[in-house]
Amino acid sequence: MTDVAAGMRGFVSNFGPTAALAMESCVHCGRCAEACQFYVQTEDPRYTPIHKIAPFKQAYEREVGPFAFVYRLFGLAPKVTEAEPTKWQDLIYDSCNMCGRCSLICPMGIDIADLVEQARHGMCEAGLVPTDFLGVLEEKEHATGSPFGLTTAALEKMLHDIGTRHGVVMHVDEPTADIIPTVSSIDLKTYPSSMAAIAKILNHMGASWTFRTDGFDADNVSLTAGDRIGQRSVTLGVIRAAKACGAKVLLMPECGHSFTEMRWEAANQSGAALPFRVLQITELLAEGISDGRIRVNKAPQTATYHDACQLSRRGGATAAPRIILQALGVDLHELEDAGDANWCCGGGGGVALIKRAQPLRDMAFQIKQRQVEATGVATVYTSCSGCRQTLDHGGKAVGWNKTVASLLELVADNLKD
Amino acid sequence: MTLLEFARGPGLQVALLIMIAGCVWRLTAILLLRRRPHLGASRHSRAGRVAGGIAMVFTRSLPRRTFWPRIASSVILSTVFHVGFAIIILCGAPHILLIHQITGISWPGLPKGIIVLVSGVTLASMIALLFRRMLHPVMRLLSTIDDYLSWLTVFLPILTGILLSGETIAGYETLLALHILSVELMMVWLPFGKLMHAGLVFASRAAMGVNFARKGAAT
Repeated sequence: MTDVAAGMRGFVSNFGPTAALAMESCVHCGRCAEACQFYVQTEDPRYTPIHKIAPFKQAYEREVGPFAFVYRLFGLAPKVTEAEPTKWQDLIYDSCNMCGRCSLICPMGIDIADLVEQARHGMCEAGLVPTDFLGVLEEKEHATGSPFGLTTAALEKMLHDIGTRHGVVMHVDEPTADIIPTVSSIDLKTYPSSMAAIAKILNHMGASWTFRTDGFDADNVSLTAGDRIGQRSVTLGVIRAAKACGAKVLLMPECGHSFTEMRWEAANQSGAALPFRVLQITELLAEGISDGRIRVNKAPQTATYHDACQLSRRGGATAAPRIILQALGVDLHELEDAGDANWCCGGGGGVALIKRAQPLRDMAFQIKQRQVEATGVATVYTSCSGCRQTLDHGGKAVGWNKTVASLLELVADNLKD
Repeated sequence: MTLLEFARGPGLQVALLIMIAGCVWRLTAILLLRRRPHLGASRHSRAGRVAGGIAMVFTRSLPRRTFWPRIASSVILSTVFHVGFAIIILCGAPHILLIHQITGISWPGLPKGIIVLVSGVTLASMIALLFRRMLHPVMRLLSTIDDYLSWLTVFLPILTGILLSGETIAGYETLLALHILSVELMMVWLPFGKLMHAGLVFASRAAMGVNFARKGAAT
C-alpha cells in the first residue's frame, strides 16, 4: 500500500542544513545530465539527475523550506500526489546508480547522489520500492541479516566447505580476533572463491581473524532500497559482532555500497564512534603490501582496472588498487576517465537487481565496453563484486572476449610462500 | 516627488529592507535545521576538512577536464556572463562612486567605453543563455518561472545601464530612475528566487568540500 504523505515526510524528516543548501542552490544549469550515463546514452532529459528528485524538492519547498508557508498559502508547491512518486520510481531506482558523477560536475556543489539516497528513504516509506528490487530479499534481510536469508548454520557450513574446497584454513565464530572480514551476498552466490582469497591472505599475514556468522553479510540491500530500518538493523548486527570479539579492524569485502555504509554511516547509525577501523579490502592489501605484512610475487600481464564509484570517487580509496597492481608488476592500461571520474558499471545503487532496468544497464555497459576496448587489454580487474557481476553480465550479452576478475583474488593467487 | 526621487529614496529603502530581511530569513531557516553529527572516522583532520571546504569554493568554478567536451558552451557562456557582470558592478565609475559614498572605499574604474562594451557582451551572453534555456531539452525540462524571472531582473539593470550611458531614448534623469528601479527590482527578488545563489554558492560548495574531505572523496 502506498502512503505518499508518509514518503514525503520521510524524505524531509532527516533534512539538515547541507541537504537544504543543496535544495536551495540549484540554478537549473543542467550540467548534471552530461555526467550521467543514463542521459548520455539515451539523451532522454528525464534522466537528468536533479530532475529525478523533482517531487521531493516540491515536498521540501512545501514542508520545510524557508518560504514553506508562502508556498502553501498561495498553492505554489501543491501536495505531491500518489501518481507523481509512482511515476518517479523508474527515475529514482532504475536509472540512478548513486554513482556521484553528477555530484562531481555540479558547479553549485550539490551532492545529488546523496539527495537521491534521501529520496529513496521517502520512496520506501511511501511503499514505492520496486518489488523485484527488494521483495523477498528485504524480508529475508530483516529476519536473518542476509539478503539471501542464510541461517547461521548454513553460513558456517558454507564457509567450511569453501575452505575445504580451496585448501584454506577458515576461522569461524572464534570468540576473539583482531580482524573481522565481512562478505557481500554476491560473493556468497556467485564468487565464493573471494572468501577463500580473504582467508588465504589473512592467514598469510599471520593475523588474528575470524568470520562471524552473526555479523557476516555486509551487503545491506536495504541501504540501496531506502529502507532505513533494515539498513540500520544489518549495520548494527555487523557492529555488534565486531565489538563482541574485540575487533580492531572490520574488513569490508569487494563491494562498494557496503563500504559506504560501514565506513561513513555505521557510526552515525549506532550513535557513537566505532571502536575499530573500517577498511575496504583493497586498503588492507595496499597497507599490507606497503608495510611488508603481505609479500607478493610478480604477476606480469597487461590489464585495466575498473574503479567502483563508492570506493574511489565517493570513498577516497582510489590509490589503493593502483599500489597493489604496481606491486604485482601489472602493466596497467588505465581507462579513459579512470579513477575519480570513472563511469559506473551500470549496476550500482541496486540497479543490478531491477529486471526491467536491463536495457538501461546494457546501454550504460556500452560506455565501459568502448573504454576497455580502447585500452586493447584482455583483462579488467575490479574491487567490487557488484561491478564484476554487472560487467560479466554485460559482457555475456554482447559476446565480449574480455575477462573481468577480482583484484583480491589476483593477490591471493600470487602470495609469496 | 519625481520618479528619480522615489527611486533614490523610499524605493531604495524598501528594496533594501526586503532584500536584507528576506536573505536573513532564508539563511536562518536553512541554518537552523537540525544537524546530523558525523561520527565516522574522518580521513582528514578538522583543518584538512576546512581546507577542503575552502578549496571547493574555488575549484568548482571550472569543471574537470573530462567534462569539458559536453558542457563547454554552458561553461563559457555562464563564465562570460558572471565575469562581465562583476566587471560592470565593480569597475563602472558610477558604481564605484556609489560604493565610495556608502563605505568610503574607492578604487580606479575602467573607462566608460570599456564598461559599455563589457555590458554589451554580458547582455549578449544572457540572451544566448536564455535561448539555451528555452531550446535545450534538459534545461527546458528543469526551468521554472523563477529561472525566467531571475533572468529578467538581471537583464533589465544591464540594459538600462547601457541605455543610460548613451542617453539615447530618454533624458538622463528618467533613464537613471529606470536603471535604479530595475536594480531595486533585482534586490527585491534576490532572496526569493535563484538569484540567491550569488551567496548560497559559497555555502553549498564549502559544505560539500568539507563533507568530501571527510571521506577523502573526489572534489
